[in-house]
Amino acid sequence: MTKRFKTGYRIGVILLAIIITMLLGAVILWAIGADVFKTYMVILTEPLKNKIGVTEVLLRMVPLTIIALGITVAYRSGIINIGAEGQMAMGILATTAIALAFPNLPSGVLIPFAILAGMVGGAAWGFIPGFLKAKLEVSELLSTVMLNYIAAQLYTFFLRGPMLDPAELTMGSGTPQSMRLTRNLDLTRFIPGTRIHSGLFIAIGLAVLIFLLLWKTSYGYKMRAAGASERAARYGGINVPKYLIIAMMISGGFAGIAGSIEIAGVHRRAIEGVTSGYGFSGIVVALFGGLHPAGILPAAFFFGLLIYGADMTQRLVGVPANMVQVLQGIIILVIVATKMVLANPYLMQRVESKFAAIAAKRSNLEVQA
Amino acid sequence: MTFIVNILSLGIPFSVALLIASLGEMFNQRSGIFNLGCEGMMAMGAFLGMLVPYTIGQGADVPGIYNYLGLLLASGVGALLGLFFGLVVVTFRAPQGIAGIGMQMFGVGTAGTLFRHFIGGTQSVPGINTAPIPGLSKIPILGTLFFNHNPMVYVAFLFVPIAWYILFKTPWGLRVRAVGTHPRAADSIGIQVNKVRFQALAVGGALAGLAGAYLSLCQVKMFSDEIIAGRGFIAVALVYFGHWHPVKIMAGALLFALAQALQLAIQGLGIDFPYEFLVMLPYALVIVVLAFSRKSQKTGPSALGKPFNREIRT
Repeated sequence: MTKRFKTGYRIGVILLAIIITMLLGAVILWAIGADVFKTYMVILTEPLKNKIGVTEVLLRMVPLTIIALGITVAYRSGIINIGAEGQMAMGILATTAIALAFPNLPSGVLIPFAILAGMVGGAAWGFIPGFLKAKLEVSELLSTVMLNYIAAQLYTFFLRGPMLDPAELTMGSGTPQSMRLTRNLDLTRFIPGTRIHSGLFIAIGLAVLIFLLLWKTSYGYKMRAAGASERAARYGGINVPKYLIIAMMISGGFAGIAGSIEIAGVHRRAIEGVTSGYGFSGIVVALFGGLHPAGILPAAFFFGLLIYGADMTQRLVGVPANMVQVLQGIIILVIVATKMVLANPYLMQRVESKFAAIAAKRSNLEVQA
Repeated sequence: MTFIVNILSLGIPFSVALLIASLGEMFNQRSGIFNLGCEGMMAMGAFLGMLVPYTIGQGADVPGIYNYLGLLLASGVGALLGLFFGLVVVTFRAPQGIAGIGMQMFGVGTAGTLFRHFIGGTQSVPGINTAPIPGLSKIPILGTLFFNHNPMVYVAFLFVPIAWYILFKTPWGLRVRAVGTHPRAADSIGIQVNKVRFQALAVGGALAGLAGAYLSLCQVKMFSDEIIAGRGFIAVALVYFGHWHPVKIMAGALLFALAQALQLAIQGLGIDFPYEFLVMLPYALVIVVLAFSRKSQKTGPSALGKPFNREIRT
């Protein structure tokens, strides 16, 4: 098999996957009577037309990157974390608690402390499914989903009760949210007039960190070994359950960090709907980015674009923002299917022999002519 | 006493959506497919079930028929979604857990998108009303408990013996169990493994769609984004809990529905207790139940979650 055919085959399969994704999305758009081409154009280009748009995309890239990095660690270790949504909520609660308790700490101390607390909150929430999977063989897919629902309830409980903004009680509107957290927690917004904050650099730093962890340390090697083949790893003397739990805690911790940074950088108080599906979008970003930090950064930008663009379609072409969830679902299905197609050498051989047959026929015809 | 009767008579209709969906999931898992997309299929079913009476059924001469057309459409599309999922996990042999999440997002997202376009806001439908069984429903206590329900409740509980019969007493049921336990052996005697799995997925999808439509037409009588609220995932967990057996699954569905009814009843009593912790109850129960039923996993379909490939020996 020639190298040229191999690359061509790969590119062909990926192009086909993109076309199928767009077509499936187009079916739904067609069903609601929307202008398919215009909708795609709005999603993909409208946010990039001005400074605010670009920074808003970057803003969404921050939590997506951090969560996807965590999910990558778990996925590479053989455990799928779909509980980032709940872990993020727990991180927000921990960060808020710290900020409410120590409002007078200087920024230089409070910010790392609060982010660390968020990480611990998320990691604790990630420990539960990790432990259940490693010790009791409970499917992490089910336990993390259930923990998402439980975390969502805990979150509203705290926002309605212990953490409720005192002003909400006196004013009487009763919106479940905390008070405006201390300004010492604010991450700098480095472009005036926009919301983009220094969390972007934290996200990029964490991407480097995860790369180093997974590919340059023995810890990362053992985790990847456990994920690649549990039996082989066990035979090689790796304590697989231990690394499963660690991976899940890192994964949860990262979701927690993402929550902290959203609070410190964007909302500046704990409100409802901060997580807004980032936990699930993070899975798509991780898969789309090839489960590698270098791929996750651009993938997070792309999905930030998609999420922000979908907000705009509502206004500009009357397509509900839920459309982004549809696209994400399709993208997951297409990616996992495409991966298997690419990994199937038999299929490639079959396609090649078809091509060879066609080529032979054509050259025969030329000879006859 | 009335308190207990109240909980029990609430719990039975609450169990129906779980019961129908997990019976469908049982067929999937018995054939070796772990379908985490159940939640998404239920969401689509809930939306489509309501769509029919809400649009073409409004002002019709016999509006009742459109409810049943809604149920039919929901199960039909559910079956199609099951086949689509089959394309990804059976034909392409994609990992089932992650594909299921994709299916869930696709289903929930599509239902939400279409809902905003075709219905818009919070709109309720008359739906299917309770049909007390004449005579029997007059029996004190037992009448309210068992004979004063929605017609779909009776149908759902009829599904239990039917599912049992199909799974254990028909050739097709045997084939489903064979491809889920030892696909290679099944293949060697001429059973088309992938075909049977596709059939099981269609059945499972149809039941998931029906379960969703039950929620929007019989239980809540409206659609919202949160209508399924994790019932699809609980249904998957129930299959583990019920050891892949229809009767035990029914027991599990009743247990969870009672937990939910209890939670609502306690809220209704007006005791000053944060309701958030009550809402958590069924979800926490799933985790506890899964943690203690791990030994049963070894009795489950041994090829569960493993794609079948004739060309590669495993």
